[in-house]
Amino acid sequence: MSNVAPALAVAATPPVVEDNVVKKKLGLFFWICVGWIALIVVLAIIANLLPLPNPTFQNYNAPQNAGPAWGHILGTDDLNRDIFSRLIYGSRVSLIIGFLGGAIGMILGGVPAMFSAYRRGRVDTFLNTTSYVLLAFPAIVAVIGIVSFWTPRNIWKITLIIGIFGAPLIFRVIRASTLSYATRDFVTAAKALGASDTRILFKEIFPNLVPTIVSFGLIAVATIIVLEGSLAFLGLSVQPPTPSWGNMLYEGSQLLQGSSGQTNPWLVYFPAAAMFSLLFCLNMVADKLRSYFDVTEVKL
Amino acid sequence: MGKYIAKRVVLLIIIIFFVSVAAFFMVHLLPGNPAVTILGPNATPQNEAILNHTLGLDKPLYEQYFIWISHVFRGNLGQSFTTHNTTVSVIKNAFPIDIELIVISQLMALAVAFPMAIVASRRPNRLFDQISNSATFGLLALPPFVITPVFVLIFAVTWHVFPGPSSYSSLTSNLGSNLHDMILPSIVLALGSIVVYFRLLRNDLISTLQEDFITMARSKGLSDRRIMWRHALRPSSVSVLASMGVTIAGLIAGTFVVESQLQLPGLGYQLIYYIGQLDYTVVQGIVLVVAVAIVIINFCFDFLFTIVDPRIARE
Repeated sequence: MSNVAPALAVAATPPVVEDNVVKKKLGLFFWICVGWIALIVVLAIIANLLPLPNPTFQNYNAPQNAGPAWGHILGTDDLNRDIFSRLIYGSRVSLIIGFLGGAIGMILGGVPAMFSAYRRGRVDTFLNTTSYVLLAFPAIVAVIGIVSFWTPRNIWKITLIIGIFGAPLIFRVIRASTLSYATRDFVTAAKALGASDTRILFKEIFPNLVPTIVSFGLIAVATIIVLEGSLAFLGLSVQPPTPSWGNMLYEGSQLLQGSSGQTNPWLVYFPAAAMFSLLFCLNMVADKLRSYFDVTEVKL
Repeated sequence: MGKYIAKRVVLLIIIIFFVSVAAFFMVHLLPGNPAVTILGPNATPQNEAILNHTLGLDKPLYEQYFIWISHVFRGNLGQSFTTHNTTVSVIKNAFPIDIELIVISQLMALAVAFPMAIVASRRPNRLFDQISNSATFGLLALPPFVITPVFVLIFAVTWHVFPGPSSYSSLTSNLGSNLHDMILPSIVLALGSIVVYFRLLRNDLISTLQEDFITMARSKGLSDRRIMWRHALRPSSVSVLASMGVTIAGLIAGTFVVESQLQLPGLGYQLIYYIGQLDYTVVQGIVLVVAVAIVIINFCFDFLFTIVDPRIARE
């Protein structure tokens, strides 16, 4: 620490808004993606208020396996249910498991990570080693194993399991990010002023972690949605007739096997498009935010 | 180097121990107990007690674990109580299919990602680079469970270029038709890996091409092609190699999805089938074998990585 002046200068500038904040723009495409995610979330929340047929209602007056038409704008499935309605209600499963699972992972992994990285010492060494061991543990196999045995399956159990298994990875990211701030001069200054550890963690360090938490959190949400979708496709997520995009794709794909002599391409195309658009937008928003806030892998 | 490897081996053993404990205890998540599941409608208290005794389920848990693990070490993973196949025979028949899928898909991914990254890194941020960047970014949003039904619909149902579900022929019985069956699922699995390999190699190549030794090679008048193949590619492929273990482990869910959609009787297909039968011994065995396989694959790639780049072990 021979040269204090540059270090002070670095500490004085808020690390988040470094040099060229004016040049960096999120761009129109970013806002289109944000808008699309917001639209899906809003539709999922107000689904009950929309003039939609019941997603599990087998309307025998409606055509079976029909394409898009008035009355059923995205068509109907093999049990005469409205695909559009099932898509809207089905988004709830992906969104709840994705965002709530991500939040559980953040709390279980992120909060210990902050304390661990700030206090260091034996607890940190222990937690750090544990997170390595847990990360080497093939989480996906464990999740499939637990989900298959812990019946009856419901959305809350799956959220909890996925959240718990996401925690070690989130722990590593948040720990690395906290470490890079814990030794900065503004933290030393706060300590010198007599601020308590909790205050330093939450008032001084935490605001700097927000960009990492948001951009990495969105990636985590997208990853969890993929995981839930895969489980649903394998028949290991929420039980039918509750719609989810994953089990709709599964139903659509079963109809392709020709066992019942039916094919309904719409029951494949629409859920696939919905899933693709949501994942694409989540990835895009996370990616743009990461470069906007300059959260690089090097910093982690 | 020796110390580093010893440390990794100790870690490997610890992780495999935890994996085995987890696989063992999973069964106790079953509602009721295994006896109730096995007996089904015959589950009277007497029958349960008898079965619990024959299965050794009345012993303390730690004792049950040691009995189970000693059987595992002797290659006995129990027997299915629905199909009466031994778990080992189920796994022996299914595992080669997963290995074949993973090997073919990784070869495909590397065959696409390497040329793409080489061309893209020559002129960063120009048209080809931008197109391949956006295209691979889009692939990130196409996990196997989304793209498999779409591909089956397009290539098998509509165009008939690839066989649809339930047409699997084994590698030894009919090689040509087996490979034909494998193309579609392998493409699906390769898509996700292409993104990873392309991005890593492209970024590494761009930074390698700015190094002094490349400028040196240029000033000697070597051709771009020679610089790329002889000087830049090798130091840049290290992170691709390093990521392969993790990437392959990440394919597991995808492999299960393509297998269950295309009815390829690999481990994923068997796992889902036996889960449906509530046949816990086979499920337990498959989970154990898949988890241990992933841990060992990761370990091997770590090891390979230290051979290619000895600096890692020294850190």
